Amino acid sequence: MSYHFEFSWLLQYYPQILKGILITLELIAIGGVLGISLGIICAWTRALGPAWLKPVVAGYVELIRNTPFLIQLFFIFFGLPSLGLQLDELTAANIAMVVNLGAYSCEIIRAGIQATPRGQFEAGASLAMTPFETFRHVVLVPSLQRIWPALSSQVVIVMLGSSVVSQIAAEDLTFAANFIQSRTFRAFEAYIVSTAIYLVLAILLRQVLGILGRVIFPGRLAR
Amino acid sequence: MIEFTTWDIIRNLLLATRWTVLLSLVSFVGGGTAGLLLLFLRISKRKALRGFARYYIELFQGTPLLMQLFIAFFGLGLFGIDVPAWLAAGLALILWTASFLAEIWRGCVEAVAKGQWEASASLGMGRFQQMRYIILPQALKVAIPPTVGFSVQVVKGTALTSIIGFVELSKAGTVVTNATFQPFTIYGLVALIYFALCWPLSKSSQILERKLNVAHRNH
Amino acid sequence: MSLIEITEVRKSFGSTEVLKGINLDVEPGEVIAIIGKSGSGKSTLLRCINGLETINNGSISVAGAQFIDDELHLKALRLKVGMIFQQFNLFPHLTVGGNVILSQTVVKKTPRPEAETMARKMLERVGLGHKFDAYPDELSGGQQQRVAIARALAMQPIALLCDEITSALDPELVSEVLAVVRELATEGMTLLMVTHEMKFARDVCSRVVFMHQGRVHEIGPPEGVFANPKTPELRQFLGVH
Repeated sequence: MSYHFEFSWLLQYYPQILKGILITLELIAIGGVLGISLGIICAWTRALGPAWLKPVVAGYVELIRNTPFLIQLFFIFFGLPSLGLQLDELTAANIAMVVNLGAYSCEIIRAGIQATPRGQFEAGASLAMTPFETFRHVVLVPSLQRIWPALSSQVVIVMLGSSVVSQIAAEDLTFAANFIQSRTFRAFEAYIVSTAIYLVLAILLRQVLGILGRVIFPGRLAR
Repeated sequence: MIEFTTWDIIRNLLLATRWTVLLSLVSFVGGGTAGLLLLFLRISKRKALRGFARYYIELFQGTPLLMQLFIAFFGLGLFGIDVPAWLAAGLALILWTASFLAEIWRGCVEAVAKGQWEASASLGMGRFQQMRYIILPQALKVAIPPTVGFSVQVVKGTALTSIIGFVELSKAGTVVTNATFQPFTIYGLVALIYFALCWPLSKSSQILERKLNVAHRNH
Repeated sequence: MSLIEITEVRKSFGSTEVLKGINLDVEPGEVIAIIGKSGSGKSTLLRCINGLETINNGSISVAGAQFIDDELHLKALRLKVGMIFQQFNLFPHLTVGGNVILSQTVVKKTPRPEAETMARKMLERVGLGHKFDAYPDELSGGQQQRVAIARALAMQPIALLCDEITSALDPELVSEVLAVVRELATEGMTLLMVTHEMKFARDVCSRVVFMHQGRVHEIGPPEGVFANPKTPELRQFLGVH
């Protein structure tokens, strides 16, 4: 059985692929920034926030972490309109990613906060800072630094997971691959090429996050 | 059009859940077996074997599971192999699971103190004997919580197989939605069923982890 | 032919040479103390004899078995020399008895009942027969180290390597371990020990090796080495002027 690889379609369809890459990057950029921000807020709530809000956040985190991203996406895109909330594909995809990464990063950041030496809180308090000021100025940055590698891995996982947004017709890289395979019937080649692009994106993203970590956190962690 | 009662909907979803559970089990057991093999390659003394395992793990962890499913489903079909959805789903999930479990377990093996390797070596044990009698029994204890934790990812991963047409819980959700036009209720129910499958696993992983930490502190 | 022959052994970690041509022959029944500052290469030498480190140059042979870096030769070598570590390195998931039995059944393929008899005998010998079913973390450091000695002895080695075996112990536990070693010495076991216990070295050892900067700097019977150090480095190390 022989099969002839055929990649000439690349010439014709590279604009679709480029567009797909851009949308995937846009999704992870927005999802990453807003998702981690949401994660910080949730982690603060669970660690030091008002008591009534803690179970709400805990419920959100558990619900998201224990259901598939695909179903979260379908719920937001297909389900919410019945509540009168009509969203276009990209907005729905963005919201789903923020909500998803928010829950995961909340857990990761919380672990970082919990690993903060007791003395740091006490030092903040002894300087007459409020708990929030201590969190904001003393605890947060070293906590993020401590868990930055774990958080970076999660961002990469969410980027790869974003390939399912093609299922609500958000035109990301996977959507481009599907489009090409439906036009050329070159499924194998289309998916191999896009898989290779995802691999490169994942490696690059990891590098960028590593550099970003060194830029944001130049200091050493206190023990 | 047929009227669906709420009970009809739930019954349909629960029937499809059987396939989610079965596929999860197959993927987890198969992936665990392949992962163990991969672990041995990853920590082998032979550079080529270590390299192979490293690239395998990098490849499967660095690309979307959905793409792996597509390649297994459409790709192999082009080589004249007729791949039914369940086979492509099982195969891709097993290979994907193996890459993650191997890496989790490698961390556990490396957590065993170096002195254990040295002491067993000085008693004349070969590499396999060291693994079998000294390292793995100790690594196993540390490995259980994160392994149980990863099983949640496997269950959730099976949802993607709906996209290549394997009829499990997510696919059933889509089918029933198309028949009833109640996406809010149905995807909500689907999410709840996944939650019911995954949450006990997450929780027991956390409890096991806490127990292990307490045991460690007492040493 | 000597029991242990170490000839021109060189060992480097990266660009630093830790052993710069070591020559040492050990006769059967000799008890040798290796002393020296940390970083002088004494532990590395011991680990080379057991094949835990590969040597870059020279040769090591034990009772005619050459040190060659493959699993078969290493196993033959390790069946002849046992090793005791500073950190005991007992297997925490096995009982005391299990620790002593395991390598007998797995490596030497001794039938289980025989291995158990041997284990009980060796544990008796180090005074811990009653701890057969205890787990390592239920024992004191001194007891753990004695189990480690029993574990090595159960393999019936012709020589024992002791790598600072009392350094991790609380002061009051040192003597019980040294008492066991002293007894082994009187029974004629060949011993190579890296140690900081100078009094013990003086009393028990037949020869003392002073290592300095990767070389055997001075060697001789303890009376000579301790009472009459020839080099300024050894005098400084011993604190005599």
